[in-house]
Amino acid sequence: MTGGTTGGTTGIVRRGVNRTMLVMTGVCTAAVLIPLFLILYYVVREGAAGLNAAFFTRLPAPPGASGGGMANAVVGTLELLGMALALGIPLGLAGGIYVSEFAADRFSGAVRFAADALNGIPTIVTGLFVYALVVVPMHTFSGLAGAIALAIIMLPVVLRASDEVLRTVPHSYREAAVALGATRWRVLRDVILRAAKSGLISAGLLGLARVAGETAPLLLTSLNSSQWTTRPGQPMASLTVQVFDYAISPYDDWHRQAWAGALTLIALIVVVSLIARLWGGIGDRV
Amino acid sequence: MLGNLHSTAAPLTASATTSASVPGVVETRHLDFFYGNHQVLFDVSLRVVQHEILALIGPSGCGKSTFLRTLNRMNDLVPSARWQGEVLIDGQDIYAPGCDVMALRRKVGMVFQRSNPFPFSIEENVAYGVKINHLARDRQHRAEIVERSLRAAGLWEEVKDRLRHPALALSGGQQQRLCIARALAVEPEILLMDEPASALDPIATARIEELAIELKQRYTIVIVTHNLQQAARISDRTSFFLMGKLMETGATQTLFTKPVRKETEDYITGRFG
Repeated sequence: MTGGTTGGTTGIVRRGVNRTMLVMTGVCTAAVLIPLFLILYYVVREGAAGLNAAFFTRLPAPPGASGGGMANAVVGTLELLGMALALGIPLGLAGGIYVSEFAADRFSGAVRFAADALNGIPTIVTGLFVYALVVVPMHTFSGLAGAIALAIIMLPVVLRASDEVLRTVPHSYREAAVALGATRWRVLRDVILRAAKSGLISAGLLGLARVAGETAPLLLTSLNSSQWTTRPGQPMASLTVQVFDYAISPYDDWHRQAWAGALTLIALIVVVSLIARLWGGIGDRV
Repeated sequence: MLGNLHSTAAPLTASATTSASVPGVVETRHLDFFYGNHQVLFDVSLRVVQHEILALIGPSGCGKSTFLRTLNRMNDLVPSARWQGEVLIDGQDIYAPGCDVMALRRKVGMVFQRSNPFPFSIEENVAYGVKINHLARDRQHRAEIVERSLRAAGLWEEVKDRLRHPALALSGGQQQRLCIARALAVEPEILLMDEPASALDPIATARIEELAIELKQRYTIVIVTHNLQQAARISDRTSFFLMGKLMETGATQTLFTKPVRKETEDYITGRFG
């Protein structure tokens, strides 16, 4: 017998299966979240001990000496990410717009494939590439080279994400605007980009998140610095490389600071994401 | 039931005489239309007269929507679209090289099957065409145009206190009237309606139909509809399309009661389609 809504063996089995699947999906969700919270918990626990005013205001102490901070690395990371965003977001966004709005199907398929391939390249290879292309000719490691490496890593993520977001804008919006006499450019600017605004901000954040924790490409490009080197043409300190250097050092104080650096990096990304989300959300409410 | 029976003109089908440039007149001459190698329209010659409602009827896939979209060149958005023949609006061939397509679309407004307001406020929706075409002198003038258009679309009383609310919060029927207001705001001469009520309930449909009859005083309307009763209720003349060919055009009452062609009779009596 089929179709009974209550009673009967079929109903019991069906409800049993339903409940089991529900529990299983719940368990899997928890399994995904547990590592995240464990990492956060551990980083906060270990990192909080190393956080103090000196950490944010002082330069690194000489090897072996205790004290000092990562002020230059905090500023360096912000500067590297800022430059990388300035390079990577316009290019990635423009590429995404072109691929979703203007390119012929075959060409956009090829670009999407190429972007996915670029996204799969190990970041250390990107670092090597920029080393050969920028560091060697300039005869110096530099923040600029680091930013270029990060921008290259970010590019395919931003391109693909913005492409996907733009393709979700209903075709009917385009038709409506065109039927009112809007040019292609106006349709894009007034309607499509506006309708996709919060999604595009997410695309940018995805790009930022992709590169914010990168260490390998920076080792070969911006290197590190124990000084206040804020000009793009100089080697530049960054939280990730500093954490790496300190974590493999033999000093307990540096280990503590490495945890504090990791915590700072995470906090930085959270704050930037929140700001961008809030900014993106304002447009939605009209 | 068959309202608006006054047929504005005698049979106006394939006569290819060049009319004087009368505003609001649409004329196609031997129009063929293709998507890639697939021909959708065959030798369609049709005239629309000023301030009439012409209904386009026919089974799904008969080319009536494609025909409608040739009149404001919306088919240009489809990359594989090709055409032969002429489409004259106010005596000018809109497919001739050098035709200002943006100006054409301002003159020939369109309302779509599914209401498609932008995800902006009500006010911004109506004002969008005004903005891009620089039709308002200042804010006040813009507000006047918004009000006038919303009134013309019979929506003003319902939304006047919430012009800044999101358009997508309106009901389906209200959204469609908003889209009509948006089309009217740029002061077109001709209004193309592509099954404007097919997604609406009977009450909302009735409002759209009343609106179409009102708007006829100022605009020339070409409406595609699947609903034969709707065609009978609101249109002055009706054209019947079948498999990409224009079978017959005539005064609506005549076409529905004494169709010339067998195919038309079969369709309106429900024998196919």
